[in-house]
Amino acid sequence: MSTKKMALIATKGTLDMAYPPFILASTAAALGYEVQIFFTFYGLQLLRKDLSDVKISPLANPAMPMPIPMPVMVQMLPGMESMATMMMKNKLKSKGVASLEELRALCLETDVKFIACQMTVDLFEFEKSDFIDEITYGGASTFMGFAGQTDICLFV
Amino acid sequence: MSFDKELDASGLACPLPIVKTKKALNDLTSGQILKIISTDRGSIADMAAFAEQTGNQLLSSSEEGGKYVFMMKKG
Repeated sequence: MSTKKMALIATKGTLDMAYPPFILASTAAALGYEVQIFFTFYGLQLLRKDLSDVKISPLANPAMPMPIPMPVMVQMLPGMESMATMMMKNKLKSKGVASLEELRALCLETDVKFIACQMTVDLFEFEKSDFIDEITYGGASTFMGFAGQTDICLFV
Repeated sequence: MSFDKELDASGLACPLPIVKTKKALNDLTSGQILKIISTDRGSIADMAAFAEQTGNQLLSSSEEGGKYVFMMKKG
């Protein structure tokens, strides 16, 4: 039986949207899949050595459950994003959900391959030294080479 | 039922019970049995799906006092 393969495209850099690619990738790896994630645009933020700037905002995010109803005018106030991020992290921890750092480490441990979009790095003038070392830099065609042979291919 | 190794994944949410199960099975040889304890409600379906896709055998799946107990035989 040939190894199954999964390819993901991670395009979001917020705390909530950082979870799906890392959860799917670590699970697929546990199931024996060969996995690659292509990080592009805001998804690049998930490859930083320091993930503390990955945040969640209640603003323009009406589906986010809040402990108390919060008018948009209040959500705009300085510090609200940090507060929402802290609350979300506490909730994740209390429910036994792994941190992003843990999930990312699990992915690397199980040989999930991370491809960083070189164009995005150049576009936003990111410093490669800010990113973890376990990355291959490439473009869409680098990703297609693998994605074209996969059983599952998802855009997150 | 006797088992060769126990994994307590209580308090851990998806995907950790599955990822840790996979890791624990790596330490066993074919035919040995891993007992897994979990509190994740998704793990009832997930353990069965994991077994089916990885060639391991889920011998039993039960609930005891709010905890889910699985016996997984390494394939």
